[in-house]
Amino acid sequence: MIEKALKGEPRYFMWLVFLMGIIGVGVGCWFYQLYKGLGITGMGRDISWGVYIAQFTYLVGVAASAVMIVIPLYLHDYKKYGKVVVFGEFLAIAAVTMCMLFIVVDVGQPQRMLNVLLHPTPNSILFYDMIVLCGYLIINIIVGYNCLLADARKLPHPGWVKPFIYLSIPWAVSIHTVTAFLYAGLPGRHLWLTAVMAPRFLASAFASGPALLVLVLLIISRVSKFDPGRDALQTIAKTICYAMIINLFLVGMEIFTAFYSNIPGHMHPLQYLFVGLHGHGKIVAWMWTAAPFAFIGVLLLLIPSARRHHGILAFACASIFLACWIDKGVALVIGGFIPNPFHRIIEYSATFPEIAITLAIWGIGALILTVLHKVAITVREEEAAT
Amino acid sequence: MSMDRRQFIKIAGMSALFGLGGKGAFEFLRPGALEASEHGHGVEYVPEEPAEVAKRWGMTIDVQKCGEPGVVEKCIKACHSTHNIPDFGDSKNQVKWLWQDDYEHTFAGNENSYMDDRVKELPFLCLCNHCDEPPCVRVCPTKATFRRPDGVVAMDYHRCIGCRFCMAGCPYGSRSFNWFDPRNALNQKEYNLDFPTRMKGVVEKCNFCVERLAQDKLPACVEAAPEALAFGDLADPDSSVRQILRKRSSMRRKLELGTKPSVFYLV
Amino acid sequence: MYDAWKILVGLAIFLGLFTFAFWMNAGKAAPVPEPKIDTPEIKKMAVKQCVEDKEYMRTTHMQLVNVWRDQALRDGNREFINQKGEKYVISLQNTCLKCHSNKKEFCDACHNYTAIAPYCWDCHIVPPEEPKEEPREESKGNES
Repeated sequence: MIEKALKGEPRYFMWLVFLMGIIGVGVGCWFYQLYKGLGITGMGRDISWGVYIAQFTYLVGVAASAVMIVIPLYLHDYKKYGKVVVFGEFLAIAAVTMCMLFIVVDVGQPQRMLNVLLHPTPNSILFYDMIVLCGYLIINIIVGYNCLLADARKLPHPGWVKPFIYLSIPWAVSIHTVTAFLYAGLPGRHLWLTAVMAPRFLASAFASGPALLVLVLLIISRVSKFDPGRDALQTIAKTICYAMIINLFLVGMEIFTAFYSNIPGHMHPLQYLFVGLHGHGKIVAWMWTAAPFAFIGVLLLLIPSARRHHGILAFACASIFLACWIDKGVALVIGGFIPNPFHRIIEYSATFPEIAITLAIWGIGALILTVLHKVAITVREEEAAT
Repeated sequence: MSMDRRQFIKIAGMSALFGLGGKGAFEFLRPGALEASEHGHGVEYVPEEPAEVAKRWGMTIDVQKCGEPGVVEKCIKACHSTHNIPDFGDSKNQVKWLWQDDYEHTFAGNENSYMDDRVKELPFLCLCNHCDEPPCVRVCPTKATFRRPDGVVAMDYHRCIGCRFCMAGCPYGSRSFNWFDPRNALNQKEYNLDFPTRMKGVVEKCNFCVERLAQDKLPACVEAAPEALAFGDLADPDSSVRQILRKRSSMRRKLELGTKPSVFYLV
Repeated sequence: MYDAWKILVGLAIFLGLFTFAFWMNAGKAAPVPEPKIDTPEIKKMAVKQCVEDKEYMRTTHMQLVNVWRDQALRDGNREFINQKGEKYVISLQNTCLKCHSNKKEFCDACHNYTAIAPYCWDCHIVPPEEPKEEPREESKGNES
């Protein structure tokens, strides 16, 4: 079935070549990083995690969001998702792969990474994160591939896949919960030390992941003969809207708790992010970009007439995707390190090699997504033709 | 028994999964048992009961004595030359084992707006607190950092994968990552040949001089400034540190986090 | 067979690349190394012996060093008792390298021959080697 990815129009191959170019630059930078050390990034002793781990965190959410298509289809028999679910599962595969690559590039001694298996440490959340991420990747490959294979052969989905589908639902929740626990269990990092971290992660994941899926599906419906179906897109849009509202609500909870209690440690990181602290405010502009996009996105998705217009739907989804990315892919990780344990403010900005490596991994994700979706599109087109 | 390809792959896959997961499960049920049994592999090794060791090493730092000229500097110099600590010359990549800061920052969160001028200006020596409940050990995915039975929180540089989870976990900023090869920031002629350097991509920190404790010596900083620093067994009521702590009022950093530090500041 | 020609050419290229290491090095067998033990420290010894006997050290030194590092660093046990009951301090830098102070001619001789690069020396410091009676470094430089 995978051979369907080998035939395509010139623009398909040009897109792949373009992605490989980006990947090539990043891989070069990665070799440089391996040779020189992680000091070539903007990270330092105070901001010891940067854009890599932030992307990892964001993409775990994108991966988990496939469950928002799986639940209505398999638990509530919402048949209109029948044709799009595989696109969600393939998006999850691409996202989990990117997560793993972001860990590889972030680690100081990647050749020793298997020490996590050689010396398993059940008290470390990273140990569980490794298990759930690998498991989620395998589940999605099994489910996505076998269901699409059955579709291609015009057979009913094999029965043995069903348990894996049901397993994928709690598993998706687990990957993002465990990722939230990486942060929420650390003493002395006030921005992260919050019980709503996992719920907030899930809410923003269920907004940003499906938003990306809608964007991808809209592009697919333009460049191919596959039609995801108007109703399917509208239902996903509603999911995005309510998930984003819950996400914003939870952010509000954080702000209330910090500022009404008036505890300096809890207020400082939020002040740094939104208004700047002691004259430092590199993230402030990002936050005030994210905030309007978040609210405009929600508003546009709430109004049915706006939501039904595909141009507006695309804009709303892009807004929410961007707002969530700024929140989790930029602010959350860096904000947690500010101020440092000595209450000093050391700021962070990514360097060129760091950004090139980050783009390369996004490029690898896009490449995997393109190839997998190409296969799925071809199967769907053949179905429609008969 | 005949087996087709499909069955073979299934069985092989399942056994591989159990093989990978099995070690984790074993570790969960009987922590440490598996590694202990691995140690003996192929090598005759006769373990001997180690000499009497402390139940919990601890340190007191007399901040007033540290205020006398040269005291802090000689402690830091002793530590750095003993442990081949690189000097990258910038705050971003800096590796710190023992360093000084002021009260306001060392005890961040407990600032007193109307502090007496004397304490405000005094230098506070900062180092790893060798916590009783170390968050860095809790989060490390490979047991590269671990708490020894004598209370020292140690680092195994051979095993560290450089994920820096411990740096996010440590509320004291006591851990440093080797962002570059530390040998580039060391003077080869000044190497202490009795102690290794580190390599790029691993985390390091103060080790309470375990290599000196093994030879019944005091930590290098304590030896350099015995008038200001004291070191001993916190579990022994008659030890030097306990006697000092009985007489003087002391402070520890960020007690509210429940980490139970072993470093006491006498003011 | 369709495209037989293409497949055969592809196979030939693949086999050529796959066996690259063999034919690239054909006829260039490196001489079998002879690790030297003529250091001042060893010359002083009446009975020349390591912490265990020679055969054992030759086959098992890597496992021994592995166990040593866990014993010393993780278990805080810095004393090694060999099969004869003799005691040694567990230390790569201070026990092994004290006698074997010629890393280049001892450790590297075999490690280079077998093309392995242990990362011991990324951290552990090789003591500066004492100048030999006959410094031949320059003339031998191209052999490593």
